[in-house]
Amino acid sequence: MGNHAKPAKDHAFFQHHFNTVGQQAGAAKMGMWLFLATEVLMFSGLFLAYFIVRALYPEMVLSSHELLDKTMGGINTVVLLTSSFTMAMAVRYAQLGDNKRCATQLLLTMACAFIFMGVKYVEYTGKFSHGVFPGAFFNYDEAIQYAHSHGHSFRGLPHVFFGLYFVMTGLHGIHVLVGIGVIFWVYLRAKKGHFKDGYYAPVENVGLYWHIVDLVWIFLFPLLYLVK
Amino acid sequence: MADAHSNESNYLTATRGLKSWLFTLDHKRIGLMYLVGVLVFFLAGGLFALTLRTELLTPEGGDFISATTYNKMFTLHGAVMVFLVIIPSVPAALGNFLLPLMLGAKDVAFPRLNLLSFWVYTLGSMFFLYTLAAGQLDTGWTFYTPYSNTTGTAVISATFGAFILGFSSILTGLNFVVTVHKMRAPGMTWNKMPLMVWALYSTAVIQVLATPVLAITLLLLIVERTLMIGIFDPAMGGDPVLYQHFFWFYSHPAVYIMILPGFGIESELIAVHSRKHIFGYKAIALSSVAIAIISFVVWGHHMFVSGQSELAGIVFSFLTFAVAVPTAIKTFSWVATLYKGSIEFNTPMLYGLMFLFTFSIGGLTGIFLGALSVDVHLHDTYFVVAHFHYVMMGGTIIAFVGGIHHWWPKMFGVMYSERWGKISALFIFVGFNMTFFNQFLLGQQGMPRRYWSYVPQFQQQHILSTVGGYLLLIGFTIIAIYLVHSLRNGKKVGPNPWNAQSLEWTHTASPPIEHNFHGQPVVENDPYNYPEIDRTGASH
Amino acid sequence: MATFMAPENAEAKQAVADAATEVAAEVTKAPLPPVETAHPWAMPTAASTFAEDTDALYYFITALDTVFFVIIMGAMGYFMWKYRRRSKDQKTSSITHSGIVEFLWSAIPTVLLLVIFVWGECDFVKQSVPPADALDVRVTGQKWYWTVEYPKYPGVSLSSSTEEPALTLMVPKDKPVRLTMTSTDVIHSFYVPAFRVKRDVVPGRYTQIWFQATRVGEFNLFCTEYCGDLHSQMTGVVKVLEPDNFERALIAAGILEKEDGESLAAYGERVYRRRGCAACHSVEGKDGIGPAWNGLYGRTESLTDGTTVKADDEYIKNSIYEPNSQIVAGYSPQMPSYQGLLDEEQVTAVIEYIKTLK
Ligand code: HEA
Ligand code: HEA
Ligand code: HEC
Ligand code: CUA
Ligand SMILES: [Cu+2]
Repeated sequence: MGNHAKPAKDHAFFQHHFNTVGQQAGAAKMGMWLFLATEVLMFSGLFLAYFIVRALYPEMVLSSHELLDKTMGGINTVVLLTSSFTMAMAVRYAQLGDNKRCATQLLLTMACAFIFMGVKYVEYTGKFSHGVFPGAFFNYDEAIQYAHSHGHSFRGLPHVFFGLYFVMTGLHGIHVLVGIGVIFWVYLRAKKGHFKDGYYAPVENVGLYWHIVDLVWIFLFPLLYLVK
Repeated sequence: MADAHSNESNYLTATRGLKSWLFTLDHKRIGLMYLVGVLVFFLAGGLFALTLRTELLTPEGGDFISATTYNKMFTLHGAVMVFLVIIPSVPAALGNFLLPLMLGAKDVAFPRLNLLSFWVYTLGSMFFLYTLAAGQLDTGWTFYTPYSNTTGTAVISATFGAFILGFSSILTGLNFVVTVHKMRAPGMTWNKMPLMVWALYSTAVIQVLATPVLAITLLLLIVERTLMIGIFDPAMGGDPVLYQHFFWFYSHPAVYIMILPGFGIESELIAVHSRKHIFGYKAIALSSVAIAIISFVVWGHHMFVSGQSELAGIVFSFLTFAVAVPTAIKTFSWVATLYKGSIEFNTPMLYGLMFLFTFSIGGLTGIFLGALSVDVHLHDTYFVVAHFHYVMMGGTIIAFVGGIHHWWPKMFGVMYSERWGKISALFIFVGFNMTFFNQFLLGQQGMPRRYWSYVPQFQQQHILSTVGGYLLLIGFTIIAIYLVHSLRNGKKVGPNPWNAQSLEWTHTASPPIEHNFHGQPVVENDPYNYPEIDRTGASH
Repeated sequence: MATFMAPENAEAKQAVADAATEVAAEVTKAPLPPVETAHPWAMPTAASTFAEDTDALYYFITALDTVFFVIIMGAMGYFMWKYRRRSKDQKTSSITHSGIVEFLWSAIPTVLLLVIFVWGECDFVKQSVPPADALDVRVTGQKWYWTVEYPKYPGVSLSSSTEEPALTLMVPKDKPVRLTMTSTDVIHSFYVPAFRVKRDVVPGRYTQIWFQATRVGEFNLFCTEYCGDLHSQMTGVVKVLEPDNFERALIAAGILEKEDGESLAAYGERVYRRRGCAACHSVEGKDGIGPAWNGLYGRTESLTDGTTVKADDEYIKNSIYEPNSQIVAGYSPQMPSYQGLLDEEQVTAVIEYIKTLK
């Protein structure tokens, strides 16, 4: 649609409705920042809900969070931080026009994302197999037994905590999956050698997105796993 | 100027076929598709309203529809009008069409995103339609918990619909903010932007900042309903008032998402048709920004009697009054613009003047509601219903209809019938006030809203209100007929029938050419600098 | 993960909602008293001390708004006439702004709005602090009726759910009354227009309001928070009495007695409705907070301590007077004791009523 003779601009991805490449890149960047702002605002709604629940039932939150596996959470934190680093490297290489190295770094980033999701899978299934489901599906008998076997005991209504846990980490997990998708997309483009000095906005924007996903986790981890 | 464009194909005829519309990246076509969608849903929402108004002809419930049906009607009416009509109305329909033209740009910054946003809107409205089919929805447009957790109707599909629509709104807002920042024509400084652009800009900022909170609120509501995680439902350990905080944190700013674009249209109508430079340009532009900011911290005025803390009530009341001041500034500025003008009473201007009348009543009655002790009496009565119809219908919709008339020749290159335009405006003015002025009196006497049956003494006013509703239907039907009729038979117009000074009139044909402008327009002039203005200083 | 929709829950919820609708549909109501108003343009009759305060501010805002509206419309109308377009090239003024005018029309409304804010705030604060000697009343909102109890008068209970006049609340004139309110299901809102009081009634918490009636008579009570199908039927009557005969009248209206010729079971059903049993016990097989009553009589109940017991007269009586001595398995000890609140005859009547429920 809407394809017409365009003036020979300096690269193939210039869109006709902009006047200059700089304008196009500036718009893309600003759009991305605004988008990230909406993401942050969306998660801050969840954080708010979390803080309110925590203020209402401090004991319950404290006693429930013991059941989360700090080691796995810690591993995931390291994995995500690493992936942020490789992502930053990918952006750097894209800026230099080194599509090959860029692709490698993107591949590493995706690998980290998969590890992260793998660990989450293990954590989730571990919880589910002991009756720790979100909300109404929370099986009190099994969950209490499970907690006892680890030397913990619940106070209050732990299903609220786990409800929030699943919603928060679940929504974050969805963002990781989307991240894998878009990283794969720029990876393909890097493979085709699309990026060069002056045109690397897609990698940069995907990078920004990935850093936000990482940042959200940096907040989720202490709030959920390290309440004390 | 007209001749320069005359042999160029315009955006309507540039390409043909359904596909060339549905997959277009042209902001003008997307705007028109939105316009059609919005008007169709406006008709639907209006018919829901008339159904419930008909039931209210008699105090006893049930002589036309059952309580259950009544509750579904006002819910669908409110939800359709808010989420499908008024929020996308001015920004997505007219705004899409006008923003790049007014800025001197070839398109919005992200045309693909723009199309996506339209499709997301369509998808969201499909969910609403599904709700209609699937047992419907009876929670009120506010979806208050725990009622919405327990009622058996299609809450999930409707909230999911609203959730999707939220994304459409975010995408449009994001697109507009970037467009205004990055796509202005050379010479188009912030101080030379038409006030319509300022209004769309402030609106877009609120859309981007507030809608994500709505998204998460609705998501939590869906999760609460399906999994019962226990944050809103007291039976599961949650707090139902928390939901209200979340909801109004979005929905109060949302009322300014609804009205700011209306303000933008109003500024254009008043200035162009009185041939005067708008009075207090800076004050009008900046007060929109002030409203956008303050609007985020007044949400608690919907909750004065909900059991939130007394202190919270006091703070919210104070801030509510603070947000009224910038609106007052605008109102006075519009009236002052008329001073020593050359006022023509054509249809757009009639709506511009009608807006001043009805919106002032709506805004002034907001003052009653912001006053704590008085709101205790008026909360959730018909007084509130009347207030918000005076601002939403009497403000935004009236401005929207005025805007449709004002830009109709630009959009289609034809003129509608002035005579029928005036007749229908009269119907709408009378019908509107008859429908809703009575409701202030009902509310002040204690008639609660969302009531299917009521105490007999209120009957007389309810009858008047219902009759007024039918007059509105007649008025809008007339408009629909002559507008459609004008598409084929209307008188052809030149690029600038109103002799206005902003770029969409001065620099392109009617209808505009496909790429908006031949070459890049360069702005030297102020958008309100009309030739009639007496520069000699004699008229001072 | 669990399936997206939870069918059992949805169905169960639907069932509860349907049942509630059926119950409510049976309830017929006496007409409400007319809302007294001098004039459709005026506020309704003022019957509490707050009413006068609120009305004063209401009329003040009305006057102020009218002044502003007249100024705006007056100016608009005048300009419309004076500056109507007479010729195509009519010259217009080049004014674009005026600092002093703009300052004035920002500052004057600001000051006036501040006055309104402070005024409304003061009255609101007054409404939030009940005097210590207020008469205590407990109000429970429920789909779709109100139940009212008086801690000072045990056994007295009023409810808007009856076929009898929907008498819901009785209060003495000129005495402060404090309402402590809660809901057992969704949010309702307690509103008496004549008193200018309104407060949401929220499940899981207690909200409070107080007022002092200034006028003897009957006034409307409305539910103003949307609560489902019969929201508009969740109305009642507030009766204000002279302090001298308040107590006598309250006890006469609030104490339930068997009427001549009424069967014991029918009387039992009235007790069931009027004494709030319906809040927790359904009679058609839907378990609520407490077990449903149909099929109860004669069945064998398992208790939380592992024993079983046959539901006979003795057991039911014990369940009413000392509910926490034997807890039915699967329930929590939430039922209040009705010792001193229901007399022997009423308990017998309830038992007779339960027997009729299959
Ligand atoms: C277009 C939408 C729109 C707009 C612009 C407004 C504008 C305002 N609204 Fe309204 N409002 C709604 C839409 C809107 N509202 C809706 C939808 C609801 C109900 C939702 C629901 O419950 O379903 C609602 C409900 C609502 C409430 C809650 C009532 C209740 O439920 O108890 C309150 C309370 O403070 C309020 C106040 C105000 C105020 C103070 C303004 C101000 O911004 C108005 C400012 C304008 C003026 C004041 C007029 C012009 C000024 C002058 C002429 C100057 C001189 C004036 C003086 C000195 C007094 N509104
Ligand atoms: C934009 C917002 C909007 C608009 C325009 C309207 C318009 C109307 N509304 Fe509304 N209304 C709401 C938003 C709106 N409403 C909301 C949010 C609620 C609260 C819901 C809740 O409690 O949850 C509400 C509630 C509400 C109630 C209260 C119900 C109750 O509490 O029990 C009533 C009762 O009278 C009512 C009546 C009407 C009427 C008669 C119109 C009329 O003005 C309608 C007239 C319009 C038509 C008849 C359609 C004609 C259209 C065409 C012919 C198509 C062609 C058009 C063009 C070319 C322009 N509405
Ligand atoms: C606040 C809630 C509540 C109210 C009000 C209430 N009950 Fe109950 N009732 C319960 C609960 C919970 C149980 C089950 C636990 C138990 O046995 O105490 C119960 C159990 C019973 C039982 C035993 C039922 C069985 O299946 O064995 C009887 C009989 C009974 N109530 C009668 C009454 C009567 C009569 C009233 C009103 C005068 C009343 N209840 C009011 C909560 C309530
Ligand atoms: Cu109870 Cu409305
Ligand atoms: Cu508001």
